[in-house]
Amino acid sequence: MSTLLDKIWDAHTVHRSGGGTDLLYVDFHLLHEGSSPQAFEGLRLAGRRVRRPDLTLATEDHVVPTRGLLGRTGVAATMVDALRRNCEEFGVALHRSGTAGQGIVHVIGPELGISQPGRIILCGDSHTSTHGAFGALAFGIGTSQVEHVLATQTAAFAKPKAMAVTLHGELPAGVSAKDVALAMIGRIGTGGAQGHVIEYRGAAVEAMSMESRLTLCNMSIEAGAKAGMIAPDAVTAEYLRGRPYAPAGRAWDEAVASWAALRSDDEAEFDRRVDIDVTTLSPFVSWGTNPSQVVELSGVVPDPSADPDPALRDAAERALTYMDLAPGTPMREIPVDVVFLGSCTNGRIEDLRAAAGLLDGHRIASGVRMLVVPGSAAVKKAAESEGLDEVFRSAGAEWRTAGCSLCVAMNDDSLAAGERCASTSNRNFEGRQGRGGRTHLVSPTTAAATALTGRLTAPSDLGALR
Amino acid sequence: MKPIRTITGRGVAIRRTSVDTDQIIAARHCLRTTRTGFAEHLFATWRAEPGFPVGDPAHDGATILFAGADFGSGSSREHAVWALQDYGFTVVVASRFGDIFADNAVRSGLVPAVVEDSAVGAMMDAVDADPATEVTVDLVALTIRAGGVEAPVRMSADTRQRFLDGHDGIDVTLRHEAAIRAFELAHVPIVKAP
Repeated sequence: MSTLLDKIWDAHTVHRSGGGTDLLYVDFHLLHEGSSPQAFEGLRLAGRRVRRPDLTLATEDHVVPTRGLLGRTGVAATMVDALRRNCEEFGVALHRSGTAGQGIVHVIGPELGISQPGRIILCGDSHTSTHGAFGALAFGIGTSQVEHVLATQTAAFAKPKAMAVTLHGELPAGVSAKDVALAMIGRIGTGGAQGHVIEYRGAAVEAMSMESRLTLCNMSIEAGAKAGMIAPDAVTAEYLRGRPYAPAGRAWDEAVASWAALRSDDEAEFDRRVDIDVTTLSPFVSWGTNPSQVVELSGVVPDPSADPDPALRDAAERALTYMDLAPGTPMREIPVDVVFLGSCTNGRIEDLRAAAGLLDGHRIASGVRMLVVPGSAAVKKAAESEGLDEVFRSAGAEWRTAGCSLCVAMNDDSLAAGERCASTSNRNFEGRQGRGGRTHLVSPTTAAATALTGRLTAPSDLGALR
Repeated sequence: MKPIRTITGRGVAIRRTSVDTDQIIAARHCLRTTRTGFAEHLFATWRAEPGFPVGDPAHDGATILFAGADFGSGSSREHAVWALQDYGFTVVVASRFGDIFADNAVRSGLVPAVVEDSAVGAMMDAVDADPATEVTVDLVALTIRAGGVEAPVRMSADTRQRFLDGHDGIDVTLRHEAAIRAFELAHVPIVKAP
């Protein structure tokens, strides 16, 4: 009896060392400008080539500006130029900024049909777990491992444990995959899934769109998981049909038929199981400086002195000081300066549609700055064809080009010290969005509702306010 | 990589849990194409706080860093490992590490020593009480000793051997070139870009 993890792992094992690590074949390797320059330099120094350029694809996302053009000088230009030279020299396909195929690496992989069931997909970025939504085993690696994959198309790892997270019931209206992810991380902690691959299962997962599944798997790393995955089904196949890298004709039929086997056997044993009843969930928001420090938006800032665990208590006290929040403050009373809609977590078309649905015909609160950053050039184009850009602009938000933007703040976008942001991104770490910046993680609809009122606001609060 | 069998040095303790890689080095300081030059940005924001132990002259020259659970969670940036090494650390001791950080550390030659929480706490007490406390990490015996406390270090056989041999990961893998080639021929067709 095998789990989905077992099946994909075994099918890719090239060699077993017997000393704790297995050598795995990598089906696809995604690159970006942030984590690859030292890897290519390592290849050059050792006189090595890229073993499988055909299984490698690069894009520009982390440092590129999302307003205006990339400068010719400066650190961002240096990083992008290095990637362009490296891709040219080593024969790797590159989706340059300003072209139709560019975007955040975890948004374009699915769009291009690269993210397919049963594959092992690696990338030098921790949110590679996103691609697991297709029933792939996908996880982030560091630069040395990027060099290793470029040189050998393999990677050596100890096999992680398997963890089943089952989402029971139907999601209430206004509650999204992002809220589920935050609720889960709040329950199990930032190290709760350490050493495990999470397989998400259950009725609520089956009912989710591909975009929502991508959001859920994306956040797996914030619970410390190696990866997140969801067994492929009709939703998966329907999303992939006709995508540029998806098989076509008879090969498509064969691929879809083979995906049916990609599920955990009924009697498969998981090392750990977590069950979540989603019917009682409401929108979640983070109050602290790691993604487990969350509360329902209807709740209040918790009192650290109530925490029996001294380490968690210390972390909470530190977080409240950094966030400048007092225990007992209702979350709904917390004002924000900035709202960020975008990132590999929530920068897909469904996310933009959901937010635009609330903003349509309204203006964001005065004094609030809202950035809407599509996850890819293709998302931008689709949104514009639906008129969403006009909805955002009319509401007073900035409509940007594709990139990581304010999620990682290693580009032109960052918070000023003391600024408070409702963000659809994935990390509320100290300084993540800019030194001294304060982040509250939220869903796209909570972000939109918050932009309208200028205070943390659940979408369902708007009805009463309007 | 240089082989590592035992490391003896002084320690310094960061008594915080979930020290994510954004705290070790902020993304805005990762905009470099080299593996060096990151030391000044190590814990840059925290080092500006009074009383932060790294950078405290009492702990100058410490090579072994003790930290709370889930050290190195978050971003995959290997710059976090390079910054720690650049600053002079050769070992990080914690009860649990972020997966990607630990893998990056091994590949760059920084020892991620997994040690049970209560032993980490006792050793932190020892180096805080006397910064001159000698700490020894022995990868042959897989033990750590400091201030009269001794505890096992958890590490896979492959990882331990890699430190002991100092081999480059790519060279180790390329010993299996025939197996990789056979796997490719059987399972991995050439992909034509659309």
